[in-house]
Amino acid sequence: MQNSQNNIASLNGVTKKYGTITALKDVSLNVRAGELLAVLGPNGAGKTTSIRMLLGLSRPDAGQARVFGGDPSNHATRMRVGAMLQVAKVPETLKVKEHIELFRSYYPNPMPFADAVKSAGLEGMEDRLFGALSGGQKQRVLFALAVCGNPDLVFLDEPTVGLDISTRHLIWEQIRMLVKQGRTVVLTTHYLEEVDALSDRVIVLNQGMIVAEGSAAEIKARTAQRKIRCVTRLSVEEIRGMGNVDSVSLQDLRTEIRTATAEPVLRELFHRDPDLHGLELTNSSLEEAFLKIIETSAQDADQKSAAQEVTV
Amino acid sequence: MSSYATTVTQVRFGHTLTIYATEAKYELLKVMRQPAYVVPTLTFPVLFYVMFGLLFGGKQSMGPVNLATYVLGTYGAFGVIGASLFGFAVGVATERGFGWLQVKRASPMPPLAYLFGKLVVSMIFSAIVVSLLIVLGIVFGGAHLSASMILKFLGTLIIGSLPFAAMGLAIGCTAAPNSAPAIVNVLFLPMSFLSGLWVPVQVLPHFLQQVAPLLPPYHLAQLALLQVGAPTVGSPWQHVSALTAFTVAFVVLALRGFTREDGKVNG
Repeated sequence: MQNSQNNIASLNGVTKKYGTITALKDVSLNVRAGELLAVLGPNGAGKTTSIRMLLGLSRPDAGQARVFGGDPSNHATRMRVGAMLQVAKVPETLKVKEHIELFRSYYPNPMPFADAVKSAGLEGMEDRLFGALSGGQKQRVLFALAVCGNPDLVFLDEPTVGLDISTRHLIWEQIRMLVKQGRTVVLTTHYLEEVDALSDRVIVLNQGMIVAEGSAAEIKARTAQRKIRCVTRLSVEEIRGMGNVDSVSLQDLRTEIRTATAEPVLRELFHRDPDLHGLELTNSSLEEAFLKIIETSAQDADQKSAAQEVTV
Repeated sequence: MSSYATTVTQVRFGHTLTIYATEAKYELLKVMRQPAYVVPTLTFPVLFYVMFGLLFGGKQSMGPVNLATYVLGTYGAFGVIGASLFGFAVGVATERGFGWLQVKRASPMPPLAYLFGKLVVSMIFSAIVVSLLIVLGIVFGGAHLSASMILKFLGTLIIGSLPFAAMGLAIGCTAAPNSAPAIVNVLFLPMSFLSGLWVPVQVLPHFLQQVAPLLPPYHLAQLALLQVGAPTVGSPWQHVSALTAFTVAFVVLALRGFTREDGKVNG
């Protein structure tokens, strides 16, 4: 609560249903001034819905969205906010400079035109029609539109989806610049490397619920897992009983063990089976770590609902 | 203090006006570069007028005026209705359905500025198409129109485009982007025929004459005919009231669609 003054945007117990699909289930989150908050999750996790709530484009069925202490759909709020959303089709017969000039005109104190162009790396493309741009250039124009109003808070909904590596790195550089300029950035993505490269803080969403929250390093550490593969005469049950072991499985003739602490487990394995051989030790990738969070949360949810069924 | 407050209000008001003007300017630039809108909007009414008013019309007369003057009234209405319906229905359906409108609505753009821009542009195209028809009618059709008649005729059609802009908006707020052009065509062409835009309503079979007053283009055509001195049916106030009622109804329908939040984005 001592940080509440620094919270500039929040969702409080927000639930949103589209027909029979629950997009968000009782989600609460805070955005702190000056941070880069990443909202991470697979497709359909509720990332875009959260952003739409914070932009006042969608109303919660229950709970509340607040931005700068007011309703996100207030004109006064929107003058301090910029947004890059996923758009299937942007008007193609306006030039880059015309799109930017129009969006600058909406804001009371916009960035100088040249700064807006520069912040998105669009120098030299001002006179091109939007329809004549490549996919990466189009994303950069949308980025320019999000920042040209000189906003304090910027929402970027999957800004690099479908882009090649070099364009993605260019946009990352521009996002880092935003944070350096003192703006607050909320970014949604399903790329873990993007979170790792950019964010101060991560919220992991799955099936409309927050399943993890912390710094990028914390999230990684929480899910840091190493994979031991070896040929051993020890049974799966015996290894499972050793402790410090997350999972054990037998694949072909090899035993696969997942653990957060590989060294003590290995010591114990050699102690019990000196003939152990064919050893491989790998770090789990970020993708695997991410899947693990999602998997654990799904299991928790299953257990909860199973428990509820029993009580009912 | 009060003068400071007044200044702030004036600045805000000035800024709002600037947004409306800028929105209209870029809407015009955007639409001007879209042949899919510009070409049919300008050529079809002109083509129809040349064929049915000038080439095949001959020396027939309709009451006090010749046929070329009479169809100037009806094709003028046809042109204005097309410019407004297609401009709003297809423009709004596309920008709404493909997620662009959402980007604009997340910005501090006043929602009415968006509609204002579209209205200015459809009125500009309405004015262009009617002016083209007037020139053709005077030069090749022997239409006798005084300057004040021309101004009243233009003014009537441009203001009279409002119910069709509202109807287009209602379609644009409900139809999917890919089906909007088809929906407009299915409504526009039969509605134009039944309203006497192609064949004078007096010539239509009796039961179709009963249907015409239920359709908005009939009322606009009658008001336009009145301005060129052609024979009309019904009183002008009846037509004005009918068009006003249609405008209100379509605006209500459109606002329901415009303010309804859209969960999904097509495409």
